[in-house]
Amino acid sequence: MIAIVDCGAGNLTSVRKALDWLGQRALITSDPQQVANASKVIVPGVGHFAATKTLESKGLKHAIEGAISGGTPFLGICLGMQWMFASSTEAPDVSGLGIFAGECEHFPAEVKSPHVGWNQLHLANVSRLLRDIPDQSFVYFTHSYRVPKIKGTVATCDYGGTFSAAVEREHLFGVQFHPEKSGAVGLRLLRNFCEMTC
Amino acid sequence: MLTKRIIACLDVDGGRVVKGVQFLNLRDAGDPAELAAAHSRAGADEIVLLDISATSEKRKTLLDTVRRTARELFIPFTVGGGVRSLDDASAVFDAGADKVSINSAALSEPSLISCIAERFGSQAVIVAIDAKRNTDGSYEAYARGGRTPTGRDAVGWAREAEGRGAGEILLTSMDRDGTGKGFDCELTCAISDVVRIPVIASGGAGSAKHFAEVFQQGHADAALAASILHYGMTELADLKRELAAAGIPVRWPC
Repeated sequence: MIAIVDCGAGNLTSVRKALDWLGQRALITSDPQQVANASKVIVPGVGHFAATKTLESKGLKHAIEGAISGGTPFLGICLGMQWMFASSTEAPDVSGLGIFAGECEHFPAEVKSPHVGWNQLHLANVSRLLRDIPDQSFVYFTHSYRVPKIKGTVATCDYGGTFSAAVEREHLFGVQFHPEKSGAVGLRLLRNFCEMTC
Repeated sequence: MLTKRIIACLDVDGGRVVKGVQFLNLRDAGDPAELAAAHSRAGADEIVLLDISATSEKRKTLLDTVRRTARELFIPFTVGGGVRSLDDASAVFDAGADKVSINSAALSEPSLISCIAERFGSQAVIVAIDAKRNTDGSYEAYARGGRTPTGRDAVGWAREAEGRGAGEILLTSMDRDGTGKGFDCELTCAISDVVRIPVIASGGAGSAKHFAEVFQQGHADAALAASILHYGMTELADLKRELAAAGIPVRWPC
C-alpha cells in the first residue's frame, strides 16, 4: 500500500487518480500508523511552506522520518520536495526534513511568479526515478519558490536561473513539478517510483 | 524554456459540449470526457471545462461530468461556471479539478478569491474576466456570461484580482469571442503588462497566426482554443507545429 500523506495542502485526488490508473493500491491518509506501515510514502502538496507544520503537529513528520530510516521509498512532490530541504525563506521558522542541504527561495523579481506551465527537464545525473525519461522532456510546474542545484540534483530546469527540478539520494526522491499532471512523462516517473523495491 | 500553453476549452451544458458564437447560437460538439481525452492526446497543454448551464438541475450533472472527465486526464484541468462559494469550489476540486475559474461571483464578492486561494492555494484560482471595449477605448468587465455590464474597468479588476490571490487571469474578449477574427491583442497586452501572474487569452482564435500574434504582441502566457478545435478546423498538432516554426516556445513534440 502506498501512503499519500495528507498535509492539508494540495490536490491529493489527482495523485491518487494517477496511481489508480497505474494499477497501484494507494491510500490518502493523515494517520501516522498507516504511514509507518506503508510500502512507499508520497508527500504531495502545493501552497505555503508553513502548511508543512501540520505534518509535525499530527505526528506525521515523525512517522515519515521513521519510515525513511527504515528504507521505505519516499517521493516528495512540489511543496513535498521543498520540505525535504532544511528550510524555506517562505516560512523561516519552519524546518523541513533536512534530507538535502539548501534553502528554498523565491524566484527573482525579473521573472513572472509563480512559474506556471510546461518547462523542460535537463538531466543532470544518473537517476532511478527518471529512468527512460528523455532529456528535454516537458513537465508541468506551478510554484513560486525553488531550490538551488545541489549534489543530489538529477534534473534541472531553467526559469529565472537554473534550479533543481528533481533530486534523488538512495530511496529518497523529490520533484518540483507535478508528475500527476505531466502527461505520459509524469506517469512514467510515477511508474518508476511505484516499481522500486527499496 | 517555459512554453506558451494552448488550452483546449470545452463549454458544457447539461453534460454535453456546446460552443456558441458571441455567447449565442449553441451547437452540439460532443461528450466532454471524450473530447478532453482527445485534446490531451493531440497535444493540448491543459483542459478548461466551462459550465454554461443556467439551471440548478443541469448543474448537478456538472460534478458527474467533472469526475468522468478527470478520471483519465493527466494534464491540468480547470473547471469554471457557476462557482459561487468555497463549498462550490471544494466540490469541484473533490471531483478532480486542479483549478477553478470564477467570474461573476468574484465580481460581486471579491473576497471569494482570497477565500479559495487560502484554502487551496493561488495556483488553484483563476479569475475569468469577460471584457468588452467601450467607445472611449477602455475595457469594461461584464458579469453573468457577458449579459451584465459592471461599470468596472477590466484592467483595474485584473490587478485587484491578482492582489486578492488569483493565480492566473483568463481574459475573454467579448468583441472577438467566436468570430475567428483573431484575439484582441491590445486588451491582452494591457492586462498582461500590469499583472505578474499568467494571462490566458481567449476569444477570437481562427488560425495559427492569431495564436502567434497574441503570444508575441499580446504578451499572453497561454491561449484558449475552443470552436477552432472542435469542428476540425485546426488540428492541435498542426497549430503547435506552426507556432514552433514561428519561433514560439511550445510543448512539441509532447
